[in-house]
Amino acid sequence: MEIKKSATAGTMESSDAFVMVSPADELITEINSVVYTQYGKAIEACVKETLASLGVTKGKVAVTDKGAIDCVIAARVETAVKRAGGEN
Amino acid sequence: MRRSMLFIPGNTPNLLMNGDILGADAVILDLEDAVSPAEKDSARILVRNILKNLRYQGCEIIVRINPVDTDFWQKDLDEIIPLKPDLIMPPKSSSGDYVRTVSDYIGKLEEKCGFEKNTVKLIPLIETALGVENAYDIASACDRVAAIFLGAEDLTADLRCVRTKESREILYARQRLVTAARAAEVDVYDTPFTDVDDLEGLVKDAETAKSMGFTGKASISPRHVDGINTVFSPTEKEIAYAHEVMETIERAKKEGKGVVALRGKMIDAPIVNRAKRVLEMEKAIFGGED
Repeated sequence: MEIKKSATAGTMESSDAFVMVSPADELITEINSVVYTQYGKAIEACVKETLASLGVTKGKVAVTDKGAIDCVIAARVETAVKRAGGEN
Repeated sequence: MRRSMLFIPGNTPNLLMNGDILGADAVILDLEDAVSPAEKDSARILVRNILKNLRYQGCEIIVRINPVDTDFWQKDLDEIIPLKPDLIMPPKSSSGDYVRTVSDYIGKLEEKCGFEKNTVKLIPLIETALGVENAYDIASACDRVAAIFLGAEDLTADLRCVRTKESREILYARQRLVTAARAAEVDVYDTPFTDVDDLEGLVKDAETAKSMGFTGKASISPRHVDGINTVFSPTEKEIAYAHEVMETIERAKKEGKGVVALRGKMIDAPIVNRAKRVLEMEKAIFGGED
């Protein structure tokens, strides 16, 4: 799936994540999290795994995590990517 | 056993994560009214991921999809059915055909997923004047229907009357739904009590619903769950009487008696059936042997 335009998903509320995606020439991920020290790498792995499952190879993906569990982060990334691909 | 059903908005991770610790016998993960049109995609994906990754303990899962006259309901089912929820709640159910449209689509998805036919049940939400008039048609629409549910907020808007705490305006709808459900041999659930802070009013409203024949009641607040569970559970007195009825029946069988009485009142089939239902509830709530 291609990131054709900028899109967002999620919220800044507790246990949620806010995801912003935009077109880019390479794959760039940015993670901001209230629990970055403990879970930063795990969050990044979750984001990259979700992007791979959607076939995303290029684009900027910025995640602001507010203590979300993996399946919530994955849902927000998927929603943002699908919105950016014009699917939703 | 399903006494209480708690609505949880489908786009709120913090509530979805804790859905099974709020004491309700069933949770309704809501993709309809609790989600704005712009967030339908987001909620659908979130609820799918929650069902895929979290195991709700000790409560049934119901997903309220969007109405059949929207572009969302089939997408909702495409994502949710593979996760095998216990029930799907189609809102604005107005006729048997409406329910069969949803049921047929679920059937196709079940086949695709390799599920047994009618694995996922239906609890149509009746919340229009037409739906109330067609209540029996809805309750008996197909084998997939396990219960029907009255939604009074939309109904009173459709009836063009004011929704009150006394609920006189929904008396006919309540009676009609209970009669239709019992005739179709399915369960029937009462509308939520919407004043979150009025716990006394909630209990009174639940007692009214129970006295009319409802199986249980829905709630929009976790604070109402305990009250609903208490009202729709058998009392100690009812449980003791049910045991007494069954013991008397057993004793009469051994003694070869055809007709028996307890405390001067003849025990007939309806009394035995009621006693059996009370004991089933006792077992479901407190556990115990068959």
